Amino acid sequence: MKTTRRSFIQKTALMGGVFSLGFDWFESKANSGIMQQMNPVLDTNRFNAFLSIESTGKVILYSPNPEIGQGIKTAFPIVVAEELDVDWKQVEVRQANLDTQLFERQLTGGSGALKHSWERLRKAGATARHMLIQAAAQQWGVDASTCKTSKGFVIGPNKGQKLAYGALVDAASKLTVPAEVSFKSRADYQLIGSFVKGVDNYKVLTGKPQFGLDTQKSGMVVAQIVRLAAFGSTLVSFDAAEVKKMPGIIDVVSFKNKVAVVGKSTWEVIQARKKLVCSYSDTSNLESDSTHQKWFDEGMKTDKAKVERKDGDFHAAIAKAAKVIEATYECPFLSHTPMEPMNFFADVRPGSVLLAGPTQVPQSAQKAVATLLGVPENTVQVELTKMGGGFGRRLNNDYALEAAELSSIIKMPVKVMWTREDDMTGGIYRPAVRYHFKAGLNDKGEMIAFYLRGVGLNAGNSTRQDNFPVGAIENVLIESFNYNSAITTGPWRAPITNFLASAEQSFLDEVAMAAGKDPIQMRLDWLQKVKTNPVGKITYEPDRFIEVIKQVAEKAKWGKKGANVHQGFSVYFSHLSYVAQIAEAKMVDGEAKVTHVIAVTDCGEVINRSGAENQVIGGIIDGYGHAMFSKLSFDKGVPQQKNFDTYKLIRGNEIPTVEAHFVNNGIAPTGLGEPALPPTGGAVANALFAATKKRLYRQPFAGPDNANL
Amino acid sequence: MESIELLINRKKVKVEVDSNTPLLWVLRDHLSLVGTKYGCGIAQCGACTVWIDGEPMRSCVLPVSAVGKSAVTTIEGLHEKAEHPVQVAWDELDVPQCGYCQAGQIMTAAALLKKNPKPSHDDIVAGMSGNICRCGTYHRIHNAVKRASEIASASNSSKKK
Repeated sequence: MKTTRRSFIQKTALMGGVFSLGFDWFESKANSGIMQQMNPVLDTNRFNAFLSIESTGKVILYSPNPEIGQGIKTAFPIVVAEELDVDWKQVEVRQANLDTQLFERQLTGGSGALKHSWERLRKAGATARHMLIQAAAQQWGVDASTCKTSKGFVIGPNKGQKLAYGALVDAASKLTVPAEVSFKSRADYQLIGSFVKGVDNYKVLTGKPQFGLDTQKSGMVVAQIVRLAAFGSTLVSFDAAEVKKMPGIIDVVSFKNKVAVVGKSTWEVIQARKKLVCSYSDTSNLESDSTHQKWFDEGMKTDKAKVERKDGDFHAAIAKAAKVIEATYECPFLSHTPMEPMNFFADVRPGSVLLAGPTQVPQSAQKAVATLLGVPENTVQVELTKMGGGFGRRLNNDYALEAAELSSIIKMPVKVMWTREDDMTGGIYRPAVRYHFKAGLNDKGEMIAFYLRGVGLNAGNSTRQDNFPVGAIENVLIESFNYNSAITTGPWRAPITNFLASAEQSFLDEVAMAAGKDPIQMRLDWLQKVKTNPVGKITYEPDRFIEVIKQVAEKAKWGKKGANVHQGFSVYFSHLSYVAQIAEAKMVDGEAKVTHVIAVTDCGEVINRSGAENQVIGGIIDGYGHAMFSKLSFDKGVPQQKNFDTYKLIRGNEIPTVEAHFVNNGIAPTGLGEPALPPTGGAVANALFAATKKRLYRQPFAGPDNANL
Repeated sequence: MESIELLINRKKVKVEVDSNTPLLWVLRDHLSLVGTKYGCGIAQCGACTVWIDGEPMRSCVLPVSAVGKSAVTTIEGLHEKAEHPVQVAWDELDVPQCGYCQAGQIMTAAALLKKNPKPSHDDIVAGMSGNICRCGTYHRIHNAVKRASEIASASNSSKKK
């Protein structure tokens, strides 16, 4: 591996007694033309201090990506500290604010952070370690290759030669940054793959302010915004006379179909907004659940669907199939409902804008606010707060923009808070989608034709046309059709695949049964075929698929659990990781109950055993809970569930036990925040089918309307 | 507006608020004790759980006027160095993901253990199921309550010696 000298920069004299080393993100950008004009080596303003070591020995590591509960603030520093070879107890982790000059991809989404940064995090740690060794070797007059490091010390070849990193920072900072460094071998890892506790635990356990909603700034007022009650309507007029008479109310202003109530304290605003009288445009023609059912029906028949993938000739193949299996699956809209509702602080002043709050994409917030207010981007500062969950909701900065717009109108620093009702009824949902599958088997029970049409409401392409089992089937046709709905949607943990995988894995179970095959062996046979003779383009690695499938079958004792344990299998590839799951259902008092889920995950190198288990188990509980219980329905554009009394989230007395296993093969790490969720719905549906012989086609499974579609 | 005196985390404080204001907002907006969280405002999720005279209560629906002379304990007052057995167990098992619901979970768990120092698994599940965790940390929550019970019992028996 080569690291060019210019990609590392030192910052020494300016910091006094501190050796800092970072990575110039510009080096990695494709546009080298821009980079050359900027003289990256000496421009300390663009220095990204991944790590700095103080003469006391304290190591400070900066985590640039927003922390949403996925554990990135712990995982990134683990990688740096491993290569640096320091005692984790010496390490302090700090959250970096948005700095587009210093950091690249400062966002949380798509389970991509570790994959993106793995190499450069290791380089940062390894380079610093290398220079500390050089500094010690020079001091002792020995060859650097005879020195080693251990937990924050350089140890020389002769007796008594042991120096703490802190004592070497001055000398190390005067050395030339090495052109190349070598990494630790996996066998020597002490931190990577171990159980490392979250770096924010102490703050969480003692209730320290750290979330967006905890933001307090000098002169700050609070506000809540009354948004449209129905999607698709408009605000005609409003009467705020009574609101303004309420105690603690400072102002009531309107913009973009919204009315903002600004006050001194949260409770006063909550009380005052109840007095607001709004008049809306006619809502009689707005969307209801019945509208969506009609659209799904139409979308399944239309000849205007977009072909997403075509291999061979599906229509010819299905016409001569010995057996045809067809099924329709459907999911409702879902709210993200992170426990911390949307909120943002904004202070818009002439010449400067300060934003603070929970966002997965701070750079987009900066850009969008700059555009909205017509100010240069570099005058918009964004402070990152810890996020009380997000699940994709905070990829959309609508709530940050609102806060900025409101602050610009009232000319005050303001924190806009969404109540739970605002959050649940305020849009940006997981889109509702209906899928229709068709499979043709030949007389040997082999699938020779596979068809999928996805019809989504603001879902874009609701298929993942290149994913397995595509690649194993000769004749494939995959189509999507999208309706533009007035109900706003956005990415929801594992976008599209959060339900597509559930539907598809359940349908493949139906196929296996119709073919008289074991569902696991059927997949393994297909993957063998993909290895030797793939059909068209594939995006997955069959060997990694095969490994997680084999391991989960073994760990779950597939088919060997006896008549009282009903197993359901599922496997899915998303965000570059592979996850196989087997759910177990038992009959309890005449009802089928999912009691246990076993997962085997290949996400490459496991960085933090604790964080990885949390993501897999949490993802499975998330997938199971929403598949079983959650639904957002609509009547004339109005969401019918407004809080947790009617919108059901899974609780602690409803969970199956979960086992999370990892292949941990040392391949560069891939995503983990999302991939464990998609397979769960399918494994659960298949286990429940095994227990009851009733196929579940419509989520939520525990809902009243689970009739065959 | 009324002047209301409260006993919070063993300290006397005075606030000027409408007497109907839920304790949650008095804590967060007027006393800068933001460890207690807002999650739903209708006593469904448990994120706002505090103790009133040692009993777990949902502060989002508890008018401050109803608190009276009762002692209020929030997450900030449980143990400032995080050495309460529940906090120790929560850290040991690395329970928090996003962390937002955890103050309410911890206050619920600590109250449960006061009443029932050696809860069975079923006791724990029943006692904790009123609190929602959207990240799905329920297994670790249950295990941590059990672990806290062990820590507390070990510390009690060492004190007796």
